[in-house]
Amino acid sequence: MSSHTTVRVRIRLFARLREIAGSGELAREIPAPADAQAAWVALTQEFPALEPYRAVISCAVNEEYARFNASLEDGDEVAFLPPVSGG
Amino acid sequence: MAGQAASSPSEAAGRETPFRVTFEPLDVVRTAQAVTSPDCGAVATFVGLVRDHNLGRPVRSLDYESYEPLAVKSLERIAAEAAVEWPGARLAITHRVGSLQIGDASVVIAAASPHRADAFAACRYAIERIKQIVPIWKHEHFDGGETWIEGATADPDDEAARRIALERARQ
Repeated sequence: MSSHTTVRVRIRLFARLREIAGSGELAREIPAPADAQAAWVALTQEFPALEPYRAVISCAVNEEYARFNASLEDGDEVAFLPPVSGG
Repeated sequence: MAGQAASSPSEAAGRETPFRVTFEPLDVVRTAQAVTSPDCGAVATFVGLVRDHNLGRPVRSLDYESYEPLAVKSLERIAAEAAVEWPGARLAITHRVGSLQIGDASVVIAAASPHRADAFAACRYAIERIKQIVPIWKHEHFDGGETWIEGATADPDDEAARRIALERARQ
């Protein structure tokens, strides 16, 4: 049995997602092997009100846009981004 | 690739960093100075302002939030895209975040090019792409409440969205 049964990631949330979770930065351990989708699922179990956002959010891993199947390693930062409205 | 060579860090030394997210008030001239060079015959600038109404309701103020490292990279990406579409065109973009009042500048774009047509087009392209892919969010305070404004699902690889920005730039 590997000692790496979980990966520890930093989850970043912004705008409405941040308000729903009550924090813009969370440290969580999720089962390995993990991807961004697994981190999102873990998050929605903790904060069910986030769940409806899955269809419209983007994600980023280590400050680069990524797909939800992007794998996560120990120490990675995964960010979930609601639809953007800059300008 | 003259446009890219001219924006190298060494040549830009002592100038405004071309792509920034800041809490400070914006300065159009400083942003424009970040892209001008002797081969430029034109600099087109765009200034986005906080407007006093949205969706038929009076707006009191806006708070902007960003994921700064990815926002800066996204601005750099927009400039790289523009340099492909309009060779020789260079962009500088500064976006303000934090609490903004009516009339405050929220974004300044400067597009420099040997000729004016490309400068105007690159400038328009930049604002359209900012609204599509840069991780910045508006929180609107209006008479009677507040709400997050949620625009486009950000996907830099969405070519259909990019083509829309391109069509608007070429109008």
